Amino acid sequence: MIEIRQLDITYGEGETANHVVRGIDLSIGEGESVGIVGESGCGKSTVLRSLVGLERGWRGSIQIGGRDMPQVRRIADLRLAQMVFQDPFGSLHPRHRIGTALSEAARCMGLRADPDRIAAALEEVGLPAGFADRFPHELSGGQRQRVAIARALIVEPPVILLDEPTSALDVSVQAEILNLLSDRREERGLTYLFVTHDLSVVSHMCDRILVMEKGVFSEELTADDIGAARATTPYAQHLIDASLLGHDTNP
Amino acid sequence: MQNDQILDVCNLTVRFANGAVRAVDGVDLSLGRGKLGIVGESGSGKSTVGRALMRLLPPFASVTADRLSFDGQDLLDLSERRMHKLRGARMSLIMQDPRYSLNPVKTIGIQVAEAARLHLGHRRKEARDAAEAILERVRIREPRRVLDAYPHQISGGMGQRVMIGMMLLAKPRLVIADEPTSALDVSVRGEVLDLLDEMVEQEGAALILISHDIRMVSAFCERIAVMYKGRVVEELAHLGEAEHIYTRGLISAMPDPRLPVRRLKVPDRAALAKLESEGGI
Ligand SMILES: Nc1ncnc2c1ncn2[C@@H]1O[C@H](COP(=O)(O)OP(=O)(O)OP(=O)(O)O)[C@@H](O)[C@H]1O
Ligand SMILES: Nc1ncnc2c1ncn2[C@@H]1O[C@H](COP(=O)(O)OP(=O)(O)OP(=O)(O)O)[C@@H](O)[C@H]1O
Ligand SMILES: [Mg+2]
Ligand SMILES: [Mg+2]
Repeated sequence: MIEIRQLDITYGEGETANHVVRGIDLSIGEGESVGIVGESGCGKSTVLRSLVGLERGWRGSIQIGGRDMPQVRRIADLRLAQMVFQDPFGSLHPRHRIGTALSEAARCMGLRADPDRIAAALEEVGLPAGFADRFPHELSGGQRQRVAIARALIVEPPVILLDEPTSALDVSVQAEILNLLSDRREERGLTYLFVTHDLSVVSHMCDRILVMEKGVFSEELTADDIGAARATTPYAQHLIDASLLGHDTNP
Repeated sequence: MQNDQILDVCNLTVRFANGAVRAVDGVDLSLGRGKLGIVGESGSGKSTVGRALMRLLPPFASVTADRLSFDGQDLLDLSERRMHKLRGARMSLIMQDPRYSLNPVKTIGIQVAEAARLHLGHRRKEARDAAEAILERVRIREPRRVLDAYPHQISGGMGQRVMIGMMLLAKPRLVIADEPTSALDVSVRGEVLDLLDEMVEQEGAALILISHDIRMVSAFCERIAVMYKGRVVEELAHLGEAEHIYTRGLISAMPDPRLPVRRLKVPDRAALAKLESEGGI
């Protein structure tokens, strides 16, 4: 479903150039759920943004659903993959009502966006239909993130890229959203690429987990590896160990 | 915690939209030097408590309390000018969306140096050096490059560390950190927590840590207040003490890599609503 070959991204030029993504390969099958973990600033969001067409000037090749992705995407390309962002606030226009945000997302992709569909999209992520009339600042952080997920689902893409989709959510809503994401994946055969700092979330959601370090993938783990705190590179081992903070205080 | 009470809050209530939304409903908090965690579901009012303490809520929000005192001063009585002086100096809020609390049209370096000038009385060159040093202290790689970057050019986790760095410069008495580590990878998270801990220990500060990461909060804080629909339903020293069905629901909703499940447990909201209508919460 996703084929990346030798993806390379550098910000800036000359002395200030920042070589963020350094020739990565990635192959994800249809219906698979793959995770990326790694240090803050190592380039995870940059990879997702280039997949979804938000980065220009990458080198290498990106295929989604068998189609070669050009630097500048057409609507048909954009409908293949939707992204849920790290900052729920930043991804919603502050002066647009939630209903408008959702209908614009659908309409941009040439889809129907009547009030019934908006109501259904909100209810699908556990929000009351009446939230369509609210502005983003009238919602809590977690409520905004549900809206961001509804906005991706409304386009019905085969691929969803999730950048820290639950980091602003409390654990109970996180559980609801993760179950919702699992259900949609099962139902529609969706493919997920999931970026998160939370190793327990990524091992719950993903079959394979890639550890990213300084712009390259340094190790691939399974959910079992994380459960057993077993890695081969020191960095991955450190990540797993650090993520166990507080696990022993469980009642 | 003898006489060194820093924050004393009694019956704090915040209403939005002409009283239709009661976002915070009679919260009591008392805090000296040390670390208090606030957990609770999304929309339960955690951030609103933080913003009310800082008096940063919009004018249409109605804030009332029987007592809202910080270092012996009544916060509800202070003029906006005095309040402005307190904020960022004696009390400090690290916001949930860090990149939106930074000024988008100024470089990181200018903003951090401004904080160094304000709080340390540094001049230009000194302030710039202090800015670089504090970015190193919050473990930002290549601090020079980050000093010249604009907020949209740095990653989410870097933005959060910049905010924490600016706060450390001010050495406040009370820090309210709203999800300070949610955008950080776990290894940096440990170091940021160490920095916050150091600040509490060395400066004798009070820290309110708002987070949905219950395990992290319980490992890090001495006390945990659990919020549900605007109220504190219980205060705990350990997760093991949790009695409230809401808190237990939160604990069992967390994924655990050592015990994989196909679906996560979600709280029984119908049962909670019923209990609530019967006055059991
Ligand atoms: N628009 C931009 N211009 C210049 N540099 C950028 C830009 N966006 C990101 N960068 C840089 O690219 C690097 C990778 O950023 P990215 O956002 O991909 O990190 P990340 O792995 O997602 O981190 P986090 O976990 O903190 O979100 C960082 O060093 C960042 O400063
Ligand atoms: N400016 C506002 N106007 C109207 N309602 C608001 C406003 N700000 C917050 N609310 C409402 O107040 C309640 C509490 O919101 P708050 O942001 O404090 O929640 P929270 O516990 O911090 O949630 P999260 O974990 O998602 O950040 C929510 O129901 C929210 O919709
Ligand atoms: Mg990122
Ligand atoms: Mg909040």
